Amino acid sequence: MMAILTIAELKGDELKKVSKELLAAARGLGGEVIALLINGNDTHAKELLAAGADVVVKNTLAEYSPQGVANIAAEIAQKKGAKLALAPHSVQGRDYAGRLAVKLGGALVADVVSVKGSESAVEVKKPVYSGKAYANIKVQSPAVITVRPNSQELVTHSGSKVEDGGASAGEVKSVLKDLELTGGTKVQLTDASVVVSGGRGIKGPENWPILQELCDVVGAALGASRAAVDAGWIPHAHQVGQTGKTVSPNCYVACGISGAIQHLAGMGSSKVIVAINKDPEAPIFKVATYGVVDDLFTVVPALTAEFKKVLG
Amino acid sequence: MNIFVLVKQVPDTETRIKTKETGIDETGIKWIVSPFDEHALEEALRQKEKNGATVTALSLGPERCVEALRTAYALGVDKAVLLKDDSYNVFDVAYAAAAIAKYLQSAGADVILAGHIAIDSQSSMTPAMIAEHLGCANINNAIELSIEGGSVKVKREVEGGSGVMSSATPVVITASKGLNDPRYPSLKGIMASKKKQIESVDVASLGVSAPKVALASMEPPPPRPPGRIIEGDSPETKARELVKALREEAKVI
Repeated sequence: MMAILTIAELKGDELKKVSKELLAAARGLGGEVIALLINGNDTHAKELLAAGADVVVKNTLAEYSPQGVANIAAEIAQKKGAKLALAPHSVQGRDYAGRLAVKLGGALVADVVSVKGSESAVEVKKPVYSGKAYANIKVQSPAVITVRPNSQELVTHSGSKVEDGGASAGEVKSVLKDLELTGGTKVQLTDASVVVSGGRGIKGPENWPILQELCDVVGAALGASRAAVDAGWIPHAHQVGQTGKTVSPNCYVACGISGAIQHLAGMGSSKVIVAINKDPEAPIFKVATYGVVDDLFTVVPALTAEFKKVLG
Repeated sequence: MNIFVLVKQVPDTETRIKTKETGIDETGIKWIVSPFDEHALEEALRQKEKNGATVTALSLGPERCVEALRTAYALGVDKAVLLKDDSYNVFDVAYAAAAIAKYLQSAGADVILAGHIAIDSQSSMTPAMIAEHLGCANINNAIELSIEGGSVKVKREVEGGSGVMSSATPVVITASKGLNDPRYPSLKGIMASKKKQIESVDVASLGVSAPKVALASMEPPPPRPPGRIIEGDSPETKARELVKALREEAKVI
């Protein structure tokens, strides 16, 4: 039986949900599923075993670098005979997945939303051309595939094996230093299950608290359209769209966003889209699951109040 | 110092994409330089203005990519090279990275800049793969770059903030939007670019063999379920109705 390696990622002290989604995707391909956990603890290992891993391989890495992660993952893949590796399509995944593919002498397909077939011949689906088309791609192993967060349904499993990897970071040319995290404990955009975004309709930087309050009540991340970012109302890190972040939440709430093709490119694969806009002709209503034609300055506070009531 | 900028030619975002069984219909497509590569070009030109450097734009693809390289000339690069491949599969990242790395190996590149993602294949992986081939560091999502002597210092985006990575050259760096505001080509630059020479290298001559991926089919995006406008006589009733729909019907919150 062949093995599939998945690479788990942590956010602070927590296992990212996408780490479990990779396991779900891997289980669908058959083969032994091995989860590489870097700098994680026993709780993370247990979570991975319950979410689809047959084996969790723990490893440490003193200083983060794309090379370090790729070197460790390649060593574990070789030890375990894994010819296929699944990694999150996250900021970190983009750092090291390509390097890992070269080390494994394999192909690479990034940002996939569906993984089918077997571990030796995988068929993946991924959005291309700003989400205006989907490509179905056949990949022979060895290969590395990065999976878009929130694109897979989780599974349950009962693996029990935890091992020490003992792999080395090897020769590394650059490490990450001077980390400055902004926004504290706030939910991050790319793996949020709910995103509330504001656009030109928000009218000015002083009005973000209206959206932030809704975010806080439903546990959402705060996003923005290019118009709001270019106006200087909010840092680029919040931008959703072609020249910003790609998100795929369960629910995307677009407030005062008209819905240009460049914006749709970044959020068009959201499961449910809510559009709140005064202009009934706004293109965002063409993709919205639920539309509210009204002033966001009255609807959003009412929405926050209603959620407060029902979510207690 | 030799700075190479990877310039990918992609369909304009506003272009209507018509899918065929194994690709897209190129009829009527307007081609542009991938937006993030404009940030990479801009940064290379700024570094040249500050520190002095030779800036080369490098593109992989069919003959039409010379247009993207002419745009790079119009902006002010010193040299342009097309790695010509008429049957280039834009989704085959490993192949693209292997071919570009093979060329760069003998080109004496100190700094290799690229956009952090191309808007056609939406992969964002080629630069890191090139770095692995070259055995050098890759630093993604740069928002500040300083080059001094043989080393670079890069402030980069990470999830939830930023961090700093430093490296000796050669190094592969990808540009985020926050890095700079790209300039527009001047009329003089555009006129001059038409006379500039573009070096063409047949990719076959590079002797690259890489694992291939096969595009099985292309399809339009999955249809979205029909939408519904939430009606109500006040913002409060609409809000109540929407919360009910999200919780009981869609079950997403």
